[in-house]
Amino acid sequence: MIEVRNISKRFGKVVVLDDVSLTIENGETFVIIGQSGAGKTTILRHIAGFFDPDNGDVLIDGIKMNGAGSGKKMLLREKMGFLFQSGALINWLNVKENVALPLVEHKLGTKGEIDKIVDEKLRLLQLDDAADKMPSDISGGMKKRVGLARAIVRNPEIILYDEPTSGLDPVMSAKIDELILRMQRELGVTSVVVTHDMESAYRIADRIAMLYQGSIIECGTPDQIRGSVNPYVRQFIEGKLTGPIDV
Amino acid sequence: MKDIVRNYQSDIYGMFSSVGERMLYQIKFSGFTLILIFNTFIQLRYAFSKRREIVKQMYVSGVKSMLVCSIVALFGGMILSLHSGVELKKWGQQDVVPILMINVMNKEMGSFLTAIILTAFSGAAMAAEIGTMKVSEEIDALEMMSINPVKYLVMPRIVSMMIMLPTLSIYTVVLGVFGGAVVSYFQLGLTFEDYYHRVYESIWLKDMYVGLLKSLVFAIIISSISCANGLMAQNGALGVGRATRISVVSSYLMVLIIGYFITSLFYGGFV
Repeated sequence: MIEVRNISKRFGKVVVLDDVSLTIENGETFVIIGQSGAGKTTILRHIAGFFDPDNGDVLIDGIKMNGAGSGKKMLLREKMGFLFQSGALINWLNVKENVALPLVEHKLGTKGEIDKIVDEKLRLLQLDDAADKMPSDISGGMKKRVGLARAIVRNPEIILYDEPTSGLDPVMSAKIDELILRMQRELGVTSVVVTHDMESAYRIADRIAMLYQGSIIECGTPDQIRGSVNPYVRQFIEGKLTGPIDV
Repeated sequence: MKDIVRNYQSDIYGMFSSVGERMLYQIKFSGFTLILIFNTFIQLRYAFSKRREIVKQMYVSGVKSMLVCSIVALFGGMILSLHSGVELKKWGQQDVVPILMINVMNKEMGSFLTAIILTAFSGAAMAAEIGTMKVSEEIDALEMMSINPVKYLVMPRIVSMMIMLPTLSIYTVVLGVFGGAVVSYFQLGLTFEDYYHRVYESIWLKDMYVGLLKSLVFAIIISSISCANGLMAQNGALGVGRATRISVVSSYLMVLIIGYFITSLFYGGFV
């Protein structure tokens, strides 16, 4: 379970998060929506331990992530996978080497065992044909799938997705969404997804929270969000230019 | 009048604030670099398991820069011997050129020229490569996989530089002295035999080990400053460019300053 308790964060004079609280249950797919710069990725980075909040706590299965030493953070991160917006593939390693990287670096098996695990993950994400390609030779959608394969190669309990469908065509977005759902179904992972793609959010979410100016202004199931009467939420999900949100 | 005074006050406040910010950044950066060096030495225990990466970096930072090193060393040596030889010849003292060449190259120019070349060639590449990784979230991805970026990226680069800079310094000394021999033969009337005989007589062990020590220290300075700048890069491509520029300038300055103190330590009456 992930618990975000009353966290606040400011960068310089800008308040990015203001007293944000969330509880994400095991096996749940939780989607955070909001405008660009609303603080969505900042929440994700707090959960991953890249940022420590100015106030409040982040707990992963009851263990505090904020303020933890590098050793403890490493242990907590072993439970997690992170799909970065750009895929964040190591550019001098090919697809297979990128996916194998965490296993090779932590010596989690013989070469044969690692090859077997990597091949299985590549098959799961339909990347078998791209195994020997370099990151510069594959499309954006493929990079995200490789990033996802790498994120799940150690069978994490939690996967954090940062804008998994941004910059992708609708078909590829649907493909990524299907993969996120498959991760939950087949591996039972807890997913936290940051996006402003509403179609994607409705498809994958168990619950959706909307962040506006550093605060959660609405949280509920996709149907509850669809039927929300909050004018900020309505303007955002309908993509209207007029309304209370400053455009 | 009040407005003018207020403007001056605001300008002065802005100036002090900007100087203060820069000083704070420098202190933060120096601390970060020192911690990085310390962490790298801790990670040295994994050097054997990272041998393939170290060898790859040795190729990138050393072998690929050999052509530039060769040209700079050869022509540097030729210029040095030509300048000194033409003056000394007026006094019939051109025989001193070989002694001068081996002394200058061994004590100073070998390590210095190589450090300058490797700063431009490899230091800039390290800062740009690691900086690009930083801004494209690859460093974060490593941390997320519980892979220590110092072990994975920094240690192999610093170790490879620690091997290649002293090696290339020796190469630069040999080629620089050879450049001096060519000029001495064709323009100063010395035979190769005489030249190398005098060079051989003037090689001192202390000059050699001080030169090698310098190149080892320069290697640590250049690679750690470059890696630290890369790791601290932010704001996309602009930040990577800034990190690269700062790493080259800082490395040059530190090579000069630390170079003086090492020379002063060994030849200034301390040792």
